[in-house]
Amino acid sequence: MKNFGFYIQPDSQIDFDNNNRNLAALVSQREPSFDWCIGCGTCTATCTAGNFTGFNFRKVALLVHRGENEQALQEVEKCMLCGKCNLACPRGVNTRNVVASIQKIFSRYQNLVY
Amino acid sequence: MIKEGKKLIWQDYQKEIAGDHFFYVRSCIRQTFFPGSEWAFIKILKEFLHKDLYENPAHTTCTGIGYHTDVVPFDTTMTVAARQFALMTEAGYENLIPSCITSFGLYTEILETWREFPEVEARVREFLWKATRREFKKPKNLAHASDVIFKFRNQIAAQAKYRLVNKLTGEPLRVVEHIGCHYAKMFPSKGVGGAEYPYVLTGMVESWGGQVIDYPERRHCCGFGFRQYLVQANRGFSIACSKKKFDSMEPYKPDMIITNCPGCPMFLDRWQYVIGEMEGKTYGPDGHGIPVFTYEEVAGLLLGLDPWRLGLQVHQVSCESVLDKIGIEYDPDEKYKSLDGKDLGRPEVPSVLKV
Repeated sequence: MKNFGFYIQPDSQIDFDNNNRNLAALVSQREPSFDWCIGCGTCTATCTAGNFTGFNFRKVALLVHRGENEQALQEVEKCMLCGKCNLACPRGVNTRNVVASIQKIFSRYQNLVY
Repeated sequence: MIKEGKKLIWQDYQKEIAGDHFFYVRSCIRQTFFPGSEWAFIKILKEFLHKDLYENPAHTTCTGIGYHTDVVPFDTTMTVAARQFALMTEAGYENLIPSCITSFGLYTEILETWREFPEVEARVREFLWKATRREFKKPKNLAHASDVIFKFRNQIAAQAKYRLVNKLTGEPLRVVEHIGCHYAKMFPSKGVGGAEYPYVLTGMVESWGGQVIDYPERRHCCGFGFRQYLVQANRGFSIACSKKKFDSMEPYKPDMIITNCPGCPMFLDRWQYVIGEMEGKTYGPDGHGIPVFTYEEVAGLLLGLDPWRLGLQVHQVSCESVLDKIGIEYDPDEKYKSLDGKDLGRPEVPSVLKV
């Protein structure tokens, strides 16, 4: 394969027709405060795991809402469930329970990944 | 959408296209990308449609590429355009037809700016006078060259030797039409059919016997995008746009692509080679790619002009499959010969895309 000095950018379009967005509904059911998130990123700024692994709760929330569940699962596996983000959240979202809920839902409904 | 609904929308986006006495301004990049297209346009208008067309060799670039890459200020661009208008006025013409979609968009933008802000027009008139001692009248009618071919599409069909029909099966050729973004996306009311349902190429294809394919990414940009391409590191954005279109149109098995912009045929044609070299992926049957044409090339072919005189040998994707389907006669030995019969040499053969 030839190298022309650039590469073809992967498609970043979100196809809501193909993505499974049931995960977002199930998470909201288990932890209703998930719907209060405004994506401010305070959780991410205070995250200890994020310092070492690139874990990003705001990104997890976005991926779950978009139905990009496979990536969301890969992300939540990095969380240590320390709960610092819980203390920092200005909206009172129970972020720790959101992450725990995602892990539990995935362990129960594996087909959500695809 | 229901077809009747489309027709209602198209009625709202009909534009006035002058019928004769055209002042033609060429495109800077088409001369090298597809050199036969502008030759064919002038030949068709003068010899087949018997129209009065004049071009002044003193006209210059519209500065569109420089303007859209932020290296030429708008005041300079407007003054250059004013000089083209002055050349047109001096020659006694009122109907401006640019060959380039970006020029068309830019002239439209300038005229709209002057309509909204007359003081800007006065300032530009002063700039032009100070720089060149010229004065000008604004064009009475501004239409893109494809608008003119669209207006005379039925006369062209009446004189055509061939139609966009597979001569073996009798089926219409399946055609992807691709409109340049600057044709109607900036000023929808200035394009035939508006931005969502531009009819300019569809009308030609239908009149000439082909079948237009509707596919999901039909209105997506080809990826030229000026800054996306001019900076090497950004070309990944450019090729991603073309790839998105190819991936979207591939299941509909198009026979060919027809375009009305200088950049679109260039990128839809050349990127097929690059995608092949980078990812090993080819489109179209048997790895030969999907041939890409300008509307003048298609009109010229149907009118019986020689494919090699139209410059089809400079296309990256070989066009012979379409010529064979339509039944156009051509001499393969003449493909790489100049007008005076000299051998022009052979281009390097791609490693993936078949030619």
